[in-house]
Amino acid sequence: MTEQSLHSKVFNQAIAENQLIGSHCLVCGNISVPQRQICPNCHSDQVELIKTDGRGTLAAFTVIYVPPTSMVEAGYNAKNPYCVGIVALGEGPRISAQIVGLDLNSPENISIGMPLKQTFVVRGEGDAAKKFLAFEPV
Amino acid sequence: MAKKLSRGVAVVGVGMSKFGVFPEKTSRDLFVEAFQELRQSVQKGFNPKDIEAFYMGNFTSDHFENQAHLAPIVASWVGISPVASTRIEDACASGGVALRQGVLAIASGEVDMVLVGGLEKMTDLPGAKVTDALALAADSLFEIPAGFTFPGFYATMATAYIDQYKADPDALLRVGIKNHTNGALNEKAQFNQTIKDVMLGKQRKAEQKGLPVPQWEDEIAFLKDPKSNPMIAWPLRLFDCSPVSDGAAAVLLVSEEMAEKFTDQPIYVVGSGQASDGALAERTSLSEIPAAEKASKRAYEMAGLTPEDIDFAEVHDCFTIAEIMATEDLGFFARGEGWKAAMDGRTARDGSHPVNTSGGLKSKGHPVGASGVAQVVEVWKQLHGLAGERQLRGNIRHALTHNVGGTGQTCVVHIFEKRN
Repeated sequence: MTEQSLHSKVFNQAIAENQLIGSHCLVCGNISVPQRQICPNCHSDQVELIKTDGRGTLAAFTVIYVPPTSMVEAGYNAKNPYCVGIVALGEGPRISAQIVGLDLNSPENISIGMPLKQTFVVRGEGDAAKKFLAFEPV
Repeated sequence: MAKKLSRGVAVVGVGMSKFGVFPEKTSRDLFVEAFQELRQSVQKGFNPKDIEAFYMGNFTSDHFENQAHLAPIVASWVGISPVASTRIEDACASGGVALRQGVLAIASGEVDMVLVGGLEKMTDLPGAKVTDALALAADSLFEIPAGFTFPGFYATMATAYIDQYKADPDALLRVGIKNHTNGALNEKAQFNQTIKDVMLGKQRKAEQKGLPVPQWEDEIAFLKDPKSNPMIAWPLRLFDCSPVSDGAAAVLLVSEEMAEKFTDQPIYVVGSGQASDGALAERTSLSEIPAAEKASKRAYEMAGLTPEDIDFAEVHDCFTIAEIMATEDLGFFARGEGWKAAMDGRTARDGSHPVNTSGGLKSKGHPVGASGVAQVVEVWKQLHGLAGERQLRGNIRHALTHNVGGTGQTCVVHIFEKRN
């Protein structure tokens, strides 16, 4: 990971190294995840990369029974669904991610607001294996 | 404060193809059908050679039909070359944004007559590829890697909405039942069946095959049965989702001062608003679509009208939860009241705020680039008393259309007025 670069690909490169990064605006203090070259709050370009502490709460979720091709290839289907959601990070921003470690037989028992921590999942095998951001219950 | 248009704009004709699954037709064939119906609808006639610009909403013919640069091809197919022809891509809001570009072009004074089109031919691709193509409307770097699908995004908004307002999830099913009831009366709709018709059809089929006949107490029980209505993305089931569709729609716009040359009953575009937003995760509230509220605020201000002045609305019910949120974003109901309004029938044809009399995207079909333009076809019909069995009672003067791209990254709202 190039510490200085704020380019959009850096976020997923950091995930490959088990890090969830964002940016901190040196002018107004706003935090963005993923990182931004221009602060969306004050439009300053005086921003620095930060590492988040990877903790948050579940803001909303779904359980997907009809997956896109990429998730079918990762082994998911109607009988083996997966949970995806929006996580509100402790630093403030929200992020989309797969949520693992939940009982998907009864989605009605998944509770919005539950505390979560970051984890990283590998989908695909061999050369196609790739690491993705995920969250799991604390 | 939204400015008024620098000059008025009127709709003088509309047309649409039937929506559905048409293996034998391409998008340009469907647009020809819409265009021919539009020609018939212009009361005093018009010469296609007088069209000065063509704005065409289309999401991704690139993927659906292996065809980019579609606007000049379609223009040629309806015989209006060398008219300036522009394809607009704003995901499922492409049609509504094309309409707005047509309105602004006439308001600018540069042109007097504009053809607005919308078209999509989706059913040539297998289902999984359609899901992948639609997912292109999301953020490919930060949303798609999480495993989101479009039903998944709206399902996520549904869990947020239900949690925030302690809403009864049956409200979602009520939206579907209502829109199918309306769509059953629309000869252009993909599904000409009420949910009850679908239910009785399944029972009849079982009976004919000599199989045990499934029994359901009512439509709600039918829609809660995972065998008849499988879960797609919790809590959204198959009947919460708009279908994959082929179809096209067309609208003819002219400057206000020349409108009565074409018809004694022009429909005036009195409000137009558009707004954008970032990815779903960037929003502070997931139980509403902020860009829809902002776009509608601008349209209301331009029109000098309030939500209470709107006699009926065609809203973007790509998923049942989207209609409930739309009725709040547009100001018809307070935050947290939309689900109750759906339960109480307030959005039905005989309710206080009729919504999606055409059947909406849910029942009429959702050929994505066409949807925002087809909404104007229903406005035309209701305002002219041409909606047949689904015609609203009373004097319908003001109508609103609401078209959403992606999860609400693009929202466009128009308000229409009948004056005589």
